Amino acid sequence: MATEAHAAEGATGYIVHHLTPLTVGEGFWSLHLDTLFFSAILGGLFVWFFKAAAEKATIGVPSTSQAFIEMIIEFVDQQVKDTFHGKSELIAPLALTIFIWVFLWNFMDLFPVDIIPGIAGMMGLEYMRVVPSTDLNATFALSISVFILIIFYSIKIKGVVGFAKELTCTPFGPWMMPFNLLLKLVEEIAKPISLALRLFGNLYAGELIFILIALLPWYIQPFLGFPWAVFHILIITLQAFIFMVLTVVYLSMAHEDH
Amino acid sequence: MSINATLIGQMITFTLLVWFTMKYIWPPLIGAIEERKSKIAEGLAAAEKGQEEMELAAKNAANVLKEAKQQSADIVNLAQKRANEIVEESKDTAKTEGERLLIAAQAQIEQEMQNAQEKMRKEVSALALKAAGQILQQEIDKAKHKNLISKVSEQLGQA
Repeated sequence: MATEAHAAEGATGYIVHHLTPLTVGEGFWSLHLDTLFFSAILGGLFVWFFKAAAEKATIGVPSTSQAFIEMIIEFVDQQVKDTFHGKSELIAPLALTIFIWVFLWNFMDLFPVDIIPGIAGMMGLEYMRVVPSTDLNATFALSISVFILIIFYSIKIKGVVGFAKELTCTPFGPWMMPFNLLLKLVEEIAKPISLALRLFGNLYAGELIFILIALLPWYIQPFLGFPWAVFHILIITLQAFIFMVLTVVYLSMAHEDH
Repeated sequence: MSINATLIGQMITFTLLVWFTMKYIWPPLIGAIEERKSKIAEGLAAAEKGQEEMELAAKNAANVLKEAKQQSADIVNLAQKRANEIVEESKDTAKTEGERLLIAAQAQIEQEMQNAQEKMRKEVSALALKAAGQILQQEIDKAKHKNLISKVSEQLGQA
């Protein structure tokens, strides 16, 4: 695919080039270095910024940065409390991590599409895809981790028997066991897939539109690029928020004992 | 956009981030927030309590003031009454004392008058006796008129 893209010229070539990740290795064991690099950098940025605030946290009058961080924390905490009624050390920090990390991933979308790939090109890197959420590996990594947590908590709270019973005996009772199982499996598996694909689809489409706008003559670009960027500020926050809220909802469903 | 080992790398990163957030970021921040919340709630409660206490104190002060006023009015009334009583009493005392003094003076006057009368009578009788004696010495024989002399002398002594 990469060689094809390289060969193609013009608009198609430009688009395909922009959406091709920097890859090393072959087959399954290849790595998208750009996705790994940017998500690690953004994750580091997130923990560094929040850790600094946590260290300086005071119960007195908060500084501006602490007030900002606390606003986010309280927002996430409120969302978790509204949805999840159990007691868990994990869920709120998990929700915060997802919210901020995904938001930062998405935020990379707002950098002009040619800046970072241009710099990377000067450094000799042929491909550079800067938005981690336009990589299915990144979004699926999150949703599969969440899926593992869902399974883990379902078994932990309900027990193996309880969870098996829920899979086989709801919603139609034990006489419809195979049908129930099929229904439940689809329901459970749909969770990570919908989480990952929703985020991926939104950001991939958004990035694609930025690339298309970049193909237009320069005097038209601001009139389309600016409104789309403003609209995108909403999209990136909303997608991060949706991912977080759905994670909390799924985990609280896993905690509910029927 | 094929799925590959990047997925595993991303999951490791994610796990590390969640672990770090859970361990070092969430607890101190949420702790600070909760503590501040409770502190503010305490402060508000204390302020409300203080206000209530102030109102109560103001009410108490008003009561005390009222009581004090009542008491002072009572004291003034009592003092006035007592003063009146004292004035009346001293008037009475003065009156009785005056009467007593008057009576004593009258008694003394009478006494002195009696004394003077007595003295005068004695002097008069002595004088009369002397005069009579002189007359009698010339005209009366002592033995002859003994009866008469003693009778007169007795009468004088009685008076």
